Amino acid sequence: MMLKMVLRRIWIGLATMVVVSVIVFVMTSILPGDVAQIVLGQSATPETLAALRAELGLNEPAYIRYFLWLGDLATGDLGTSKAGGAAIADLIGGRFGNTMVLAGLVALISIPLSIFLGLWAAMHPGTWLDRTVTFGTLSTISVPEFFIATLMVLILAVNLHWLPSTALLRDDMTFFELLLGLAMPIITLVIVVSAQMIRMTRAGILNVMNSPYIEMAILKGVPRGRIILRHAFFNAVGPIINVIALNLAYLVSGVVIVETIFAYPGLAKLMIDGVQTRDLPLVQACAMIFCGTYVILILIADIGSIVSNPRLRHPK
Amino acid sequence: MNQPETQNTEKGQEIIEQINKFDELPDAPPKRKIKLSWMGKIAVAIVVFWLVIAFIGPWIAPFHEMDMDGDDSFMNAHSNEYGTFVLGTDYLGRDTFSRVIWGARMTIGISLASTILAYFVGITLGIAAAVKGGWIDMGISRVNDAILALPSIMLGLIAIAAFGSSIPILVIIAGLIYAASVFRIARALGLDIMVQDFVEAARVRGEGVWWIIRSEVLPNAAMPLATDFGLRLVFVVLFISSLSFLGLGVQPPQADWGSMVRENLAGLTYNSWAAVWPAFAIASFTIAINLIVDDISAKSGGGLAKKMV
Repeated sequence: MMLKMVLRRIWIGLATMVVVSVIVFVMTSILPGDVAQIVLGQSATPETLAALRAELGLNEPAYIRYFLWLGDLATGDLGTSKAGGAAIADLIGGRFGNTMVLAGLVALISIPLSIFLGLWAAMHPGTWLDRTVTFGTLSTISVPEFFIATLMVLILAVNLHWLPSTALLRDDMTFFELLLGLAMPIITLVIVVSAQMIRMTRAGILNVMNSPYIEMAILKGVPRGRIILRHAFFNAVGPIINVIALNLAYLVSGVVIVETIFAYPGLAKLMIDGVQTRDLPLVQACAMIFCGTYVILILIADIGSIVSNPRLRHPK
Repeated sequence: MNQPETQNTEKGQEIIEQINKFDELPDAPPKRKIKLSWMGKIAVAIVVFWLVIAFIGPWIAPFHEMDMDGDDSFMNAHSNEYGTFVLGTDYLGRDTFSRVIWGARMTIGISLASTILAYFVGITLGIAAAVKGGWIDMGISRVNDAILALPSIMLGLIAIAAFGSSIPILVIIAGLIYAASVFRIARALGLDIMVQDFVEAARVRGEGVWWIIRSEVLPNAAMPLATDFGLRLVFVVLFISSLSFLGLGVQPPQADWGSMVRENLAGLTYNSWAAVWPAFAIASFTIAINLIVDDISAKSGGGLAKKMV
């Protein structure tokens, strides 16, 4: 039963990826009009236009171009960048690793931190501590990521001189220098991603606290801290896993801003540069990577909640 | 001739009294009254303040958004023969204070226009899907799911790479992306209302589809949708200013809070706050809206609106 539901979710995930690829393809290859015209500009002669169209395969109908593009994508041939003509796979290679390192470190720090703070706030509802956490996290989720980043630069780099304000990575850096360079983007992203996770952890626990068996435990005289850790937490784990995966997916959009503001040489920075120069093949490739990661994380969130919550395994 | 008329008014008064009495019955529906906490009241004041600034900004700002009258770039507060620079100057020697005021019109204006577009498209399609059902519902819902399955900033980046960036394009992109979430809520509300007894009664009475939508569905969906409007507006403000911050939204020299932060980021290292003020402006506006929405949904006891959000 459970396996069947998980497989069903994976199928839905695959179908979503197909729809996503259609959206990306239609938006970047069909709606802008004649790509050859965009590449060559207004002054192109009809002959060069026709030659480029033939070279790019633009004379084929749209659906054939879509399948050719999808086939190339699946075999790892991401095409060549419009600017400079470098192979996109080479451009992406190292950048992708950089972004994964950043995202991985952020996840490593923010998950335990959020669960701890969420639990802590839930243990003391209504106190000044709880209210500080609630107000702080609400404020954080309502401001743009670059606001947090700007504030961090102002405090940590400009006023306290603790950290550099950009994350320039060089090959000859020592481990400590590398850590120092990464600190700013990591701190910013941890704050941005944790806020929502803390809120949801707290809400999840408080939600479980309303159920009859918790009331029973309270009447038995079990201390509040023990109720939360032994009774409530394990029943709130499902929603919490779900929230964690969803917020790691949210990293995808956070990373775009943070890499730009700190000049971090990651995939998102590459994509923004591509958008600015309207390098459509590069944007297509980056968009597919980001959207693919996003869909996979959402899929993990769904499967996580199915596995951890037996009630979801038996839909009415 | 006079007699029946007075009788009628008397009768009318009687009925009104009866209705008033009915209101006081224990099981009468509670009157909708929104009472805000002191925090909510401050938040309302902040939002109203920025809306007023957005309207009258250009007339009260001491400088034009493009005037380069300051003595130098990234100066602290000072005055010269042109006037006083309350918050100092930005990277081109323009008055930061005036540009924040001008930027309110750009940022809030674009966001409001996009949110209204999103609501128009989302509600129209959502109610249509709920009322008509069948393949119309299926078709719109699938496309909608795909849009919701992607981070909005990604969709925005792809669209701007394809179409370039201008203010009308920004409004259309943001409007269509956020129409997806409005559609989901409007459809869910519509489906919920369409199975209520009073809609059934109206159908049996022989009312047309349009009448039912106008007189039964829309009034009942209005309150949850209004609460959601605030949240949606916050998302759109964040979306638009993030794009502007990336240099892909509102283009210079026009003042916009997001692009102002970007332009003046380098000034931070010279201890200039030119990048901080517009960032504070965005934060105060979005936090205030969220506080109001939080207050209202806490007071109205959650219900459908909360479930949707």
